[in-house]
Amino acid sequence: MNSIKMRVNGKEVSGTVEGRTLLVDFLRKDLRLTGTHVGCDTTQCGACVVHVNGNPVKACSMLAAEADGAEVGTIEGQANADGSLSVIQAAFQEHHGLQCGFCTPGMIMAAASLLKENPKPSEHEIREYLDGNICRCTGYHNIVKAILAASGQEVAPPAMAAE
Amino acid sequence: MHNFEYVRPKTIDEAVSALSSDEAQPLSGGQTLMPTMKARLAAPEKLVSLTAIDEMKGVRMDGDQLWIGGGTTHATVARETADSYPALSSLAGRIGDPSVRSMGTIGGSIANNDPSACYPAGALGSGATIVTNTREIAADDFFQGMFMTALEEGEIVTAVKFPIPQKAIYQKFIQPASRFPLTAVFVAHFGDNVRVAVTGASGGGVFRWTEAEEALASNFTGDAVAGLSVSAEDMISDLHGSGEYRAHLTKVMTKRAVDALA
Repeated sequence: MNSIKMRVNGKEVSGTVEGRTLLVDFLRKDLRLTGTHVGCDTTQCGACVVHVNGNPVKACSMLAAEADGAEVGTIEGQANADGSLSVIQAAFQEHHGLQCGFCTPGMIMAAASLLKENPKPSEHEIREYLDGNICRCTGYHNIVKAILAASGQEVAPPAMAAE
Repeated sequence: MHNFEYVRPKTIDEAVSALSSDEAQPLSGGQTLMPTMKARLAAPEKLVSLTAIDEMKGVRMDGDQLWIGGGTTHATVARETADSYPALSSLAGRIGDPSVRSMGTIGGSIANNDPSACYPAGALGSGATIVTNTREIAADDFFQGMFMTALEEGEIVTAVKFPIPQKAIYQKFIQPASRFPLTAVFVAHFGDNVRVAVTGASGGGVFRWTEAEEALASNFTGDAVAGLSVSAEDMISDLHGSGEYRAHLTKVMTKRAVDALA
Protein backbone atom coordinates (compact mmCIF):
# COMPACT_ATOMS: atom_id res chain seq x y z
CA MET A 1 0.00 0.00 0.00
CA ASN A 2 1.13 3.55 -0.69
CA SER A 3 0.36 6.66 1.34
CA ILE A 4 -0.44 9.56 -0.93
CA LYS A 5 -1.18 13.25 -0.49
CA MET A 6 -2.37 15.74 -3.03
CA ARG A 7 -4.35 18.95 -3.36
CA VAL A 8 -7.69 18.41 -5.07
CA ASN A 9 -9.60 21.54 -6.06
CA GLY A 10 -7.47 23.47 -3.60
CA LYS A 11 -8.02 21.16 -0.64
CA GLU A 12 -5.36 18.95 0.93
CA VAL A 13 -6.37 15.29 0.78
CA SER A 14 -4.58 12.09 1.65
CA GLY A 15 -5.21 8.40 1.43
CA THR A 16 -3.72 4.93 1.30
CA VAL A 17 -3.94 3.19 -2.06
CA GLU A 18 -2.82 0.00 -3.73
CA GLY A 19 -0.23 0.34 -6.46
CA ARG A 20 -2.90 -0.39 -9.06
CA THR A 21 -5.43 2.19 -7.82
CA LEU A 22 -6.19 4.57 -10.66
CA LEU A 23 -6.43 8.30 -10.06
CA VAL A 24 -10.04 8.24 -11.24
CA ASP A 25 -10.94 5.58 -8.68
CA PHE A 26 -9.23 7.50 -5.90
CA LEU A 27 -11.23 10.60 -6.88
CA ARG A 28 -14.55 8.82 -7.26
CA LYS A 29 -14.43 6.15 -4.55
CA ASP A 30 -12.15 7.56 -1.85
CA LEU A 31 -12.95 11.25 -2.22
CA ARG A 32 -16.53 10.73 -3.52
CA LEU A 33 -15.92 13.22 -6.31
CA THR A 34 -18.10 11.41 -8.80
CA GLY A 35 -18.27 14.21 -11.34
CA THR A 36 -15.27 12.71 -13.13
CA HIS A 37 -16.69 9.91 -15.26
CA VAL A 38 -15.30 6.62 -16.52
CA GLY A 39 -16.45 5.90 -20.04
CA CYS A 40 -14.14 3.58 -21.94
CA ASP A 41 -11.48 2.94 -19.27
CA THR A 42 -8.97 2.62 -22.14
CA THR A 43 -7.62 6.20 -22.62
CA GLN A 44 -9.86 6.89 -25.58
CA CYS A 45 -13.11 8.65 -24.64
CA GLY A 46 -11.90 11.47 -22.39
CA ALA A 47 -14.86 11.40 -19.95
CA CYS A 48 -12.29 11.17 -17.12
CA VAL A 49 -10.14 14.19 -18.03
CA VAL A 50 -8.89 16.09 -14.98
CA HIS A 51 -6.06 18.55 -14.51
CA VAL A 52 -2.82 17.40 -12.89
CA ASN A 53 -0.37 20.22 -12.18
CA GLY A 54 -2.27 22.28 -14.73
CA ASN A 55 -2.16 19.73 -17.54
CA PRO A 56 -5.08 17.70 -18.92
CA VAL A 57 -4.78 14.03 -17.98
CA LYS A 58 -7.00 11.00 -18.48
CA ALA A 59 -7.54 9.93 -14.88
CA CYS A 60 -8.31 6.35 -15.94
CA SER A 61 -4.77 6.00 -17.27
CA MET A 62 -2.81 7.46 -14.40
CA LEU A 63 -2.10 5.71 -11.12
CA ALA A 64 -3.28 7.55 -8.02
CA ALA A 65 0.23 7.13 -6.62
CA GLU A 66 1.65 8.99 -9.63
CA ALA A 67 -0.36 12.04 -8.54
CA ASP A 68 1.26 12.04 -5.08
CA GLY A 69 2.19 15.63 -4.30
CA ALA A 70 0.30 17.00 -7.30
CA GLU A 71 -2.25 19.75 -7.69
CA VAL A 72 -5.38 18.10 -9.11
CA GLY A 73 -8.42 19.85 -10.55
CA THR A 74 -11.75 18.16 -11.27
CA ILE A 75 -15.10 19.28 -12.63
CA GLU A 76 -16.25 19.92 -9.04
CA GLY A 77 -13.70 22.72 -8.84
CA GLN A 78 -14.80 24.48 -12.01
CA ALA A 79 -17.74 26.50 -10.70
CA ASN A 80 -17.09 30.00 -9.35
CA ALA A 81 -16.57 30.48 -5.61
CA ASP A 82 -20.20 31.59 -5.16
CA GLY A 83 -21.45 28.38 -6.80
CA SER A 84 -22.42 30.00 -10.09
CA LEU A 85 -21.34 28.30 -13.31
CA SER A 86 -17.92 29.09 -14.75
CA VAL A 87 -17.78 30.88 -18.09
CA ILE A 88 -17.21 27.56 -19.89
CA GLN A 89 -19.98 25.74 -18.01
CA ALA A 90 -22.41 28.61 -18.67
CA ALA A 91 -21.50 28.56 -22.37
CA PHE A 92 -22.19 24.80 -22.56
CA GLN A 93 -25.61 25.45 -21.02
CA GLU A 94 -26.34 28.44 -23.24
CA HIS A 95 -25.31 26.72 -26.48
CA HIS A 96 -26.74 23.32 -25.63
CA GLY A 97 -23.29 21.71 -25.64
CA LEU A 98 -24.59 18.55 -24.03
CA GLN A 99 -27.43 16.11 -24.25
CA CYS A 100 -26.97 13.10 -21.97
CA GLY A 101 -24.13 14.85 -20.14
CA PHE A 102 -21.89 11.83 -19.69
CA CYS A 103 -18.93 13.27 -21.61
CA THR A 104 -19.48 16.80 -20.31
CA PRO A 105 -17.09 16.81 -17.32
CA GLY A 106 -14.25 15.69 -19.60
CA MET A 107 -15.28 18.16 -22.31
CA ILE A 108 -15.31 21.05 -19.83
CA MET A 109 -11.93 20.08 -18.37
CA ALA A 110 -10.41 19.70 -21.84
CA ALA A 111 -11.93 23.03 -22.89
CA ALA A 112 -10.48 24.73 -19.81
CA SER A 113 -7.01 23.37 -20.70
CA LEU A 114 -7.38 24.52 -24.28
CA LEU A 115 -8.41 28.06 -23.34
CA LYS A 116 -5.54 28.31 -20.88
CA GLU A 117 -3.05 27.36 -23.63
CA ASN A 118 -4.83 29.19 -26.42
CA PRO A 119 -7.32 31.84 -25.27
CA LYS A 120 -8.78 32.49 -28.75
CA PRO A 121 -8.75 29.16 -30.58
CA SER A 122 -10.15 28.80 -34.07
CA GLU A 123 -12.93 26.33 -34.70
CA HIS A 124 -10.34 24.01 -36.28
CA GLU A 125 -8.06 24.25 -33.24
CA ILE A 126 -10.97 23.43 -30.93
CA ARG A 127 -11.85 20.35 -32.96
CA GLU A 128 -8.21 19.24 -33.01
CA TYR A 129 -7.89 19.70 -29.25
CA LEU A 130 -11.01 17.62 -28.60
CA ASP A 131 -9.46 14.68 -30.45
CA GLY A 132 -9.39 12.63 -27.27
CA ASN A 133 -12.92 13.46 -26.09
CA ILE A 134 -15.79 11.48 -27.52
CA CYS A 135 -19.43 12.62 -27.44
CA ARG A 136 -22.08 10.28 -28.82
CA CYS A 137 -25.01 12.72 -28.57
CA THR A 138 -24.28 16.16 -29.89
CA GLY A 139 -22.27 15.60 -33.04
CA TYR A 140 -19.82 18.12 -31.48
CA HIS A 141 -21.16 21.24 -33.25
CA ASN A 142 -22.68 22.76 -30.11
CA ILE A 143 -19.69 21.81 -28.00
CA VAL A 144 -17.45 23.67 -30.42
CA LYS A 145 -19.84 26.65 -30.39
CA ALA A 146 -19.88 26.67 -26.59
CA ILE A 147 -16.08 26.78 -26.44
CA LEU A 148 -15.92 29.52 -29.09
CA ALA A 149 -18.44 31.50 -27.04
CA ALA A 150 -16.57 30.87 -23.79
CA SER A 151 -13.46 32.32 -25.43
CA GLY A 152 -15.39 35.50 -26.16
CA GLN A 153 -15.65 34.91 -29.89
CA GLU A 154 -18.67 35.39 -32.13
CA VAL A 155 -20.83 32.34 -32.60
CA ALA A 156 -23.05 32.14 -35.65
CA PRO A 157 -26.72 31.80 -34.67
CA PRO A 158 -28.29 28.48 -35.64
CA ALA A 159 -29.62 28.40 -39.19
CA MET A 160 -33.39 28.95 -39.33
CA ALA A 161 -35.43 26.04 -40.56
CA ALA A 162 -36.69 26.52 -44.09
CA GLU A 163 -40.22 27.92 -44.15
CA MET B 1 -5.27 -4.95 -13.46
CA HIS B 2 -3.34 -7.26 -11.13
CA ASN B 3 -1.82 -5.53 -8.15
CA PHE B 4 1.89 -4.79 -7.95
CA GLU B 5 4.42 -3.13 -5.73
CA TYR B 6 4.90 0.52 -6.69
CA VAL B 7 8.02 2.58 -6.12
CA ARG B 8 8.87 6.08 -7.27
CA PRO B 9 12.61 6.76 -7.04
CA LYS B 10 14.06 10.27 -7.32
CA THR B 11 17.34 9.41 -9.08
CA ILE B 12 18.49 7.24 -11.99
CA ASP B 13 20.71 5.20 -9.64
CA GLU B 14 17.79 4.40 -7.34
CA ALA B 15 15.64 3.48 -10.33
CA VAL B 16 18.29 1.14 -11.75
CA SER B 17 18.64 -0.58 -8.42
CA ALA B 18 14.85 -0.89 -8.02
CA LEU B 19 14.68 -2.44 -11.50
CA SER B 20 17.31 -5.05 -10.73
CA SER B 21 14.78 -7.44 -9.22
CA ASP B 22 13.00 -9.93 -11.45
CA GLU B 23 9.56 -9.00 -12.76
CA ALA B 24 10.12 -5.27 -12.26
CA GLN B 25 9.12 -2.97 -15.06
CA PRO B 26 9.62 0.77 -15.58
CA LEU B 27 6.64 3.13 -15.82
CA SER B 28 7.36 6.25 -17.82
CA GLY B 29 4.02 7.90 -18.52
CA GLY B 30 1.95 4.76 -18.83
CA GLN B 31 -0.18 5.71 -21.81
CA THR B 32 0.59 2.33 -23.36
CA LEU B 33 1.47 0.40 -20.22
CA MET B 34 -1.71 1.22 -18.25
CA PRO B 35 -4.10 -0.07 -20.96
CA THR B 36 -1.79 -3.06 -21.51
CA MET B 37 -1.89 -3.94 -17.81
CA LYS B 38 -5.66 -3.43 -17.62
CA ALA B 39 -6.01 -5.94 -20.45
CA ARG B 40 -3.70 -8.22 -18.43
CA LEU B 41 -1.30 -8.44 -21.32
CA ALA B 42 1.37 -7.39 -18.82
CA ALA B 43 1.41 -8.12 -15.10
CA PRO B 44 4.68 -6.92 -13.57
CA GLU B 45 5.16 -7.67 -9.88
CA LYS B 46 6.76 -4.30 -9.37
CA LEU B 47 6.43 -0.99 -11.20
CA VAL B 48 9.30 1.45 -10.97
CA SER B 49 8.00 4.91 -11.82
CA LEU B 50 10.48 7.07 -13.71
CA THR B 51 8.29 10.18 -13.52
CA ALA B 52 9.85 11.79 -10.44
CA ILE B 53 13.45 11.74 -11.68
CA ASP B 54 14.38 15.36 -12.38
CA GLU B 55 17.70 14.50 -14.03
CA MET B 56 15.73 12.72 -16.78
CA LYS B 57 13.59 15.72 -17.66
CA GLY B 58 14.03 18.73 -19.86
CA VAL B 59 15.16 19.98 -23.24
CA ARG B 60 18.45 21.79 -23.85
CA MET B 61 21.18 22.29 -26.42
CA ASP B 62 24.28 20.17 -25.79
CA GLY B 63 26.89 21.52 -28.21
CA ASP B 64 25.25 21.28 -31.63
CA GLN B 65 22.90 18.51 -30.49
CA LEU B 66 19.50 18.76 -28.89
CA TRP B 67 19.37 16.86 -25.58
CA ILE B 68 15.96 15.65 -24.42
CA GLY B 69 15.61 13.85 -21.09
CA GLY B 70 13.98 10.43 -21.36
CA GLY B 71 11.24 11.43 -18.91
CA THR B 72 10.21 14.51 -20.88
CA THR B 73 6.56 14.50 -21.92
CA HIS B 74 5.39 14.88 -25.51
CA ALA B 75 3.70 18.18 -24.58
CA THR B 76 6.95 19.59 -23.20
CA VAL B 77 8.94 18.46 -26.25
CA ALA B 78 6.33 19.99 -28.56
CA ARG B 79 6.52 23.29 -26.71
CA GLU B 80 10.25 23.50 -26.08
CA THR B 81 11.65 22.36 -29.44
CA ALA B 82 9.40 24.61 -31.53
CA ASP B 83 12.34 26.91 -32.32
CA SER B 84 15.31 24.54 -32.13
CA TYR B 85 13.85 21.59 -34.08
CA PRO B 86 10.40 22.39 -35.53
CA ALA B 87 9.97 19.00 -37.27
CA LEU B 88 10.43 17.17 -33.96
CA SER B 89 8.13 19.64 -32.20
CA SER B 90 5.47 18.98 -34.82
CA LEU B 91 5.88 15.21 -34.42
CA ALA B 92 5.57 15.40 -30.62
CA GLY B 93 2.60 17.76 -30.83
CA ARG B 94 0.60 15.29 -32.94
CA ILE B 95 1.04 12.16 -30.81
CA GLY B 96 -2.27 10.85 -29.46
CA ASP B 97 -4.34 13.67 -27.96
CA PRO B 98 -3.58 16.49 -25.51
CA SER B 99 -4.13 14.33 -22.41
CA VAL B 100 -1.88 11.57 -23.73
CA ARG B 101 0.77 14.20 -24.51
CA SER B 102 0.65 15.41 -20.88
CA MET B 103 1.72 11.97 -19.68
CA GLY B 104 3.55 10.05 -22.40
CA THR B 105 7.32 10.47 -22.58
CA ILE B 106 9.96 10.24 -25.28
CA GLY B 107 11.93 7.61 -23.36
CA GLY B 108 8.83 5.48 -22.85
CA SER B 109 7.89 5.65 -26.52
CA ILE B 110 11.36 4.81 -27.74
CA ALA B 111 11.89 1.97 -25.25
CA ASN B 112 8.52 0.46 -26.17
CA ASN B 113 9.22 0.70 -29.92
CA ASP B 114 5.63 0.20 -31.00
CA PRO B 115 5.75 -0.49 -34.77
CA SER B 116 3.32 2.41 -35.28
CA ALA B 117 4.77 4.92 -32.81
CA CYS B 118 5.91 8.36 -33.95
CA TYR B 119 9.11 8.90 -31.94
CA PRO B 120 11.02 5.91 -33.36
CA ALA B 121 10.68 7.53 -36.81
CA GLY B 122 11.88 10.89 -35.44
CA ALA B 123 14.86 9.30 -33.71
CA LEU B 124 15.88 7.02 -36.58
CA GLY B 125 15.20 9.69 -39.22
CA SER B 126 17.34 12.20 -37.33
CA GLY B 127 20.14 9.72 -36.65
CA ALA B 128 19.68 10.34 -32.94
CA THR B 129 21.71 8.79 -30.13
CA ILE B 130 19.85 6.94 -27.39
CA VAL B 131 21.48 7.54 -24.01
CA THR B 132 20.93 4.93 -21.31
CA ASN B 133 22.17 4.58 -17.76
CA THR B 134 25.14 2.56 -19.05
CA ARG B 135 25.93 3.60 -22.63
CA GLU B 136 25.07 5.51 -25.79
CA ILE B 137 23.44 3.64 -28.68
CA ALA B 138 23.02 4.92 -32.24
CA ALA B 139 19.38 4.87 -33.33
CA ASP B 140 20.48 2.66 -36.25
CA ASP B 141 21.46 -0.04 -33.74
CA PHE B 142 18.75 0.62 -31.17
CA PHE B 143 15.51 -0.30 -32.98
CA GLN B 144 15.60 -4.03 -33.59
CA GLY B 145 12.09 -5.03 -34.62
CA MET B 146 8.50 -4.83 -33.42
CA PHE B 147 8.64 -3.92 -29.68
CA MET B 148 12.33 -4.95 -29.74
CA THR B 149 15.26 -2.69 -28.87
CA ALA B 150 18.90 -2.98 -27.90
CA LEU B 151 18.01 -2.30 -24.25
CA GLU B 152 19.12 -4.92 -21.74
CA GLU B 153 16.94 -5.95 -18.79
CA GLY B 154 16.73 -3.08 -16.36
CA GLU B 155 18.43 -0.58 -18.70
CA ILE B 156 16.72 2.83 -18.87
CA VAL B 157 16.59 5.40 -21.67
CA THR B 158 17.78 8.45 -19.75
CA ALA B 159 17.98 10.84 -22.72
CA VAL B 160 17.88 11.12 -26.49
CA LYS B 161 20.33 13.35 -28.36
CA PHE B 162 19.32 14.71 -31.76
CA PRO B 163 21.62 16.20 -34.38
CA ILE B 164 19.64 18.98 -36.04
CA PRO B 165 19.25 18.63 -39.80
CA GLN B 166 19.21 21.57 -42.21
CA LYS B 167 15.56 20.77 -42.82
CA ALA B 168 13.20 18.00 -41.84
CA ILE B 169 9.54 17.11 -41.76
CA TYR B 170 7.25 14.43 -40.35
CA GLN B 171 4.46 13.38 -42.69
CA LYS B 172 1.85 11.30 -40.90
CA PHE B 173 -1.11 9.52 -42.42
CA ILE B 174 -3.22 8.78 -39.38
CA GLN B 175 -5.46 5.89 -38.55
CA PRO B 176 -8.27 8.13 -37.32
CA ALA B 177 -9.57 5.97 -34.48
CA SER B 178 -6.26 5.36 -32.71
CA ARG B 179 -4.41 8.51 -33.88
CA PHE B 180 -1.38 6.30 -34.49
CA PRO B 181 0.19 6.56 -37.93
CA LEU B 182 -1.18 4.12 -40.46
CA THR B 183 2.10 5.01 -42.11
CA ALA B 184 4.30 8.00 -41.39
CA VAL B 185 7.63 9.15 -42.73
CA PHE B 186 10.33 11.33 -41.18
CA VAL B 187 12.62 12.90 -43.78
CA ALA B 188 15.75 14.77 -42.66
CA HIS B 189 18.14 16.61 -44.97
CA PHE B 190 21.65 17.11 -43.59
CA GLY B 191 23.17 18.74 -46.67
CA ASP B 192 25.48 15.88 -47.63
CA ASN B 193 23.04 13.11 -46.83
CA VAL B 194 19.33 12.43 -46.44
CA ARG B 195 17.63 10.09 -43.99
CA VAL B 196 14.16 8.61 -44.48
CA ALA B 197 12.58 6.68 -41.60
CA VAL B 198 9.22 4.96 -41.94
CA THR B 199 6.89 3.93 -39.10
CA GLY B 200 3.51 2.19 -39.03
CA ALA B 201 4.22 0.26 -42.19
CA SER B 202 6.56 -2.65 -41.55
CA GLY B 203 6.04 -5.69 -39.38
CA GLY B 204 9.69 -5.22 -38.41
CA GLY B 205 8.93 -1.82 -36.89
CA VAL B 206 10.54 1.46 -37.88
CA PHE B 207 12.99 1.21 -40.78
CA ARG B 208 15.11 3.37 -43.06
CA TRP B 209 14.12 3.45 -46.71
CA THR B 210 17.69 3.47 -47.96
CA GLU B 211 16.81 3.40 -51.67
CA ALA B 212 14.97 6.68 -51.28
CA GLU B 213 17.80 8.12 -49.19
CA GLU B 214 20.30 7.39 -51.97
CA ALA B 215 18.06 8.79 -54.69
CA LEU B 216 17.33 11.93 -52.66
CA ALA B 217 20.97 12.58 -51.74
CA SER B 218 21.75 13.53 -55.34
CA ASN B 219 18.33 14.84 -56.34
CA PHE B 220 16.18 16.17 -53.49
CA THR B 221 12.88 16.35 -55.35
CA GLY B 222 9.65 14.39 -55.21
CA ASP B 223 10.44 13.11 -58.70
CA ALA B 224 13.49 11.26 -57.37
CA VAL B 225 11.13 9.09 -55.31
CA ALA B 226 8.46 8.71 -58.00
CA GLY B 227 10.36 6.01 -59.89
CA LEU B 228 11.08 3.86 -56.83
CA SER B 229 8.97 1.06 -55.50
CA VAL B 230 8.55 -0.37 -52.02
CA SER B 231 8.09 -4.09 -51.48
CA ALA B 232 4.90 -5.09 -49.66
CA GLU B 233 6.51 -8.29 -48.44
CA ASP B 234 7.24 -7.32 -44.83
CA MET B 235 4.47 -4.75 -44.49
CA ILE B 236 1.77 -4.96 -41.83
CA SER B 237 -1.53 -6.18 -43.21
CA ASP B 238 -4.59 -5.68 -41.02
CA LEU B 239 -8.18 -4.46 -41.12
CA HIS B 240 -6.98 -0.87 -41.51
CA GLY B 241 -4.92 -1.50 -44.62
CA SER B 242 -3.17 -4.19 -46.63
CA GLY B 243 0.57 -4.53 -46.92
CA GLU B 244 0.35 -3.26 -50.51
CA TYR B 245 -1.52 -0.18 -49.28
CA ARG B 246 1.11 0.57 -46.65
CA ALA B 247 3.91 0.07 -49.17
CA HIS B 248 2.16 2.54 -51.45
CA LEU B 249 1.64 4.98 -48.56
CA THR B 250 5.36 4.82 -47.76
CA LYS B 251 6.16 6.18 -51.18
CA VAL B 252 3.32 8.72 -51.21
CA MET B 253 4.17 10.12 -47.78
CA THR B 254 7.90 10.30 -48.63
CA LYS B 255 7.11 12.19 -51.81
CA ARG B 256 4.83 14.58 -49.90
CA ALA B 257 7.57 15.13 -47.32
CA VAL B 258 10.16 15.94 -49.96
CA ASP B 259 7.77 18.16 -51.93
CA ALA B 260 7.04 20.10 -48.76
CA LEU B 261 10.75 20.60 -48.05
CA ALA B 262 12.21 21.06 -51.53
